Amino acid sequence: MTELTMTSIVEWSRWQFAMTAIYHYMFVPLTLGLSFMLAIMETLWVRTGKTEWLHAEKFWMKLFAINFAIGIATGLILEFQFGSNWSNYSWFVGDIFGAPLAIEGIFAFFMEATFFAVMFFGWNKVSRRFHLASTWLVFIGSNISALWILVANAWMQNPVGMEFNPLTARNEMADFWAVLGSPTAMSKFFHTVTSAYTLSACFVIGVSAWFILKKRNMEFARKSILLASVFGFFSILVTMFTGDTSAQDVTRHQPMKLAAMEGLNRGGEGADFTIIGIPCKDETLPSERMRTVEYGIAVPKMLSFLGYHDFNAYIPGVEDILNGYTSHEGETYPSVEQRMANGRKAIAALGTYKTAVEAGNDTLAAQSLGTLREHFSDFGYGYLESPDEIIPNIPLVFYSFRIMVGLGMLFVLLFALSWWFARKRAFGKFRFMPYFALICIPCAYIASQCGWIVAEVGRQPWVVQDLMPTHVAITDIASGWVMTTFWMFAVLFTLLLVAEIGIMLSQIKKGPKEA
Amino acid sequence: MDLEILQHYWWILLCILGGLLVFLLFVQGGQSLLYTIGKNKEERDLLVNTLGHKWEFTFTTLVVFGGAFFASFPLFYSTSFGGAYVVWMLILFCFVIQAVSYEYRSKRRNFLGTRTYETFLMINGFAAPFLLGAAVATFFTGSPFRIGEMNQVEWMTPWRGLDALGVWTNYLLGFAVLFLARTQAALYFILTIDNEAVRTRSRKQVLWNAIPFVVFFLWFLAAIFTGEGYAMDDNGSIVLEKYKYFRNLVEMPLNAILFLLGVAGVLYGILRTVLSPRWRKGIWFTGAGSLLAVFGLLIIAGFNGTAFYPSSTDIQSSLTIYNASSSLYTLKAMSWVSLAIPFVAAYIWYAWRALTRKPMDAKELEEAENKY
Repeated sequence: MTELTMTSIVEWSRWQFAMTAIYHYMFVPLTLGLSFMLAIMETLWVRTGKTEWLHAEKFWMKLFAINFAIGIATGLILEFQFGSNWSNYSWFVGDIFGAPLAIEGIFAFFMEATFFAVMFFGWNKVSRRFHLASTWLVFIGSNISALWILVANAWMQNPVGMEFNPLTARNEMADFWAVLGSPTAMSKFFHTVTSAYTLSACFVIGVSAWFILKKRNMEFARKSILLASVFGFFSILVTMFTGDTSAQDVTRHQPMKLAAMEGLNRGGEGADFTIIGIPCKDETLPSERMRTVEYGIAVPKMLSFLGYHDFNAYIPGVEDILNGYTSHEGETYPSVEQRMANGRKAIAALGTYKTAVEAGNDTLAAQSLGTLREHFSDFGYGYLESPDEIIPNIPLVFYSFRIMVGLGMLFVLLFALSWWFARKRAFGKFRFMPYFALICIPCAYIASQCGWIVAEVGRQPWVVQDLMPTHVAITDIASGWVMTTFWMFAVLFTLLLVAEIGIMLSQIKKGPKEA
Repeated sequence: MDLEILQHYWWILLCILGGLLVFLLFVQGGQSLLYTIGKNKEERDLLVNTLGHKWEFTFTTLVVFGGAFFASFPLFYSTSFGGAYVVWMLILFCFVIQAVSYEYRSKRRNFLGTRTYETFLMINGFAAPFLLGAAVATFFTGSPFRIGEMNQVEWMTPWRGLDALGVWTNYLLGFAVLFLARTQAALYFILTIDNEAVRTRSRKQVLWNAIPFVVFFLWFLAAIFTGEGYAMDDNGSIVLEKYKYFRNLVEMPLNAILFLLGVAGVLYGILRTVLSPRWRKGIWFTGAGSLLAVFGLLIIAGFNGTAFYPSSTDIQSSLTIYNASSSLYTLKAMSWVSLAIPFVAAYIWYAWRALTRKPMDAKELEEAENKY
């Protein structure tokens, strides 16, 4: 295959995955968080008998259902895309990666589907307690689903609990609990779901603010804001806390991602954290993929503190990683060029091992197996052609990270002010407040997407950290087919998104039933 | 536990899921009959809403079917989905347009209009059962692929799965599944809708769809039972063997009994519905029968030393439950997980019953707070 067509397949496959994931993640966070709030509202109704909670729940449930449908539609393609577009990946790690996906289906999808039907259609058909249980189970099901898919994602970022089997040329699971309980998975799960709760809280406050602006359904809106602001406030606190643990995790396992997030070329002890700046091209740098941050405002030693909770810890920059470095924990990493040489040795040893086994040459097999095991941690580097391929798109990661964190701070303010004003029944008295709340709806979506850009673009070129680069993971297929399906789904999802927004707006205008 | 036992266990689970999926395709069958049985808006609303309580089960079963294949036989997952790319993408497209159509169909400002969403449901209704049936038929007829050194798939034609449409036997199962789905849908409407006109038309449709279903299904069986099958010999090599699938039927008598019981159940549900106009429970017999018959058919495809995903161009690349499976550790871990399946089945059953205690009528629909 020529290099040109190869690049184009990789690009189209990546674009298709990114496009479907972005669309899917427009709808998932609201499902995760709104289901939680629905369950709380119904519990309040059942326990206090106050029908305003019931009416509020029924209103938000209608919006939930509209969002849920398109979430399902956009999610289906993702489940199968691992096989269809990333079939080499699916074999290389399918023994580990397939399990969480199957468990997600068995435990979470059936639970969501079954109890969503009861929750949505069962008002007059099942008992009040059964209905309440169903609403909680929809929340639990959707969040269990998030758990498993994030366990799978975390494994790609920090592969643990597996062993490479040279005979089958794949990684095989050796410790299920290590995969499930990986610290990367746990911080990823809590960070993602609580950020989804935050988005949902912004959504509820923003939509309620519209009612206040229109001077309609005021008491419903106030109650919704009160609930959502408390819910959102605690959610964003956990998001920030787990963001901190995620940062530590990235520092240890994906130093290049951290360096890209910071635009850090040369690291050192007591590294500064850049609050804002502009990553610019710099011809004096050894690679055109590198950037120098200009006009930066930085907090001294903060990056070291965020990475290791130690103001003097050593943090490597892009150049350090390229040239080799010793980490704060005392581990020495050779230069990328050296790791590429190691990777090539591992790949060659795998081929020799297979031939030796087939020929019955035990000595050669044992020797090549030894070489493979020795260099396996650099296996993926063997597929790289130039060391600077390991540098991700720095500006994209740098800005996305700052937008995510900046907006996160803004939401803390939103929740605190919303709670205060709603409690004082003064939410509408200050005109800026409803508008601020409305603006926060798109901001919450932007922050969510930026989070995923940091996580996924930041880990490039790896599909499995250090073991498999993205271009090796793809299915060998004519790029024309992938281009066709890309546009097919891009057009379809865009049409459905327009429809979804239209229906949502019309449903919101209809408003809730007054108590 | 022994690897071989677990490989068999997981194939059995997949066969159950496959059977369940075909039973649940009554939702698709119902969508394809939307304008045949529903002659006005009120009737179509009834059809859509009674199907709407169930469509997610079919959808979820499809997703779980894919996920379970990935976890237990990842080489099939990477080979089939990566290889027969276009067919799978078409199948997915059909399901994506279905997923929004129920919820958006009758909503105000739905942008594309009710008729478009109903068309989406019809496309899904016709195309999904046919394509799924044709795709499963390749378990018997083979596909043009080769497995490379690193177990990567190489598809030998540029058509990426559309080549399956060049094999006439695949059409037989495709049409059989489509007409079975429509037959089951008509039986489902008879049970769940309280409307005389809908019931009368549904009864007619049971007969009109059951006839082509039986013809195509028997024709498919005749084709595979009398043709060559992909057998694994003592050395693990794959060879073409005459009457292989028929031999599998007779050499596994318990499975043969289940398969024949399934076929009998399907026919009993159909015939009794046609013959006794007041009987409404046909879907349970035909549905359970489909589950058993499909289960039996898939067992024939994978057990008794048979390649379940054969390669028609490089026969030694064919996939068996032995060379395509996950490792012993993963299969063991997943087997623990599978113990939850009866529990899942129990709550689905309970919730299903709770929602469908009495047939739906226009009055109920009018009073319903949430409807499609």
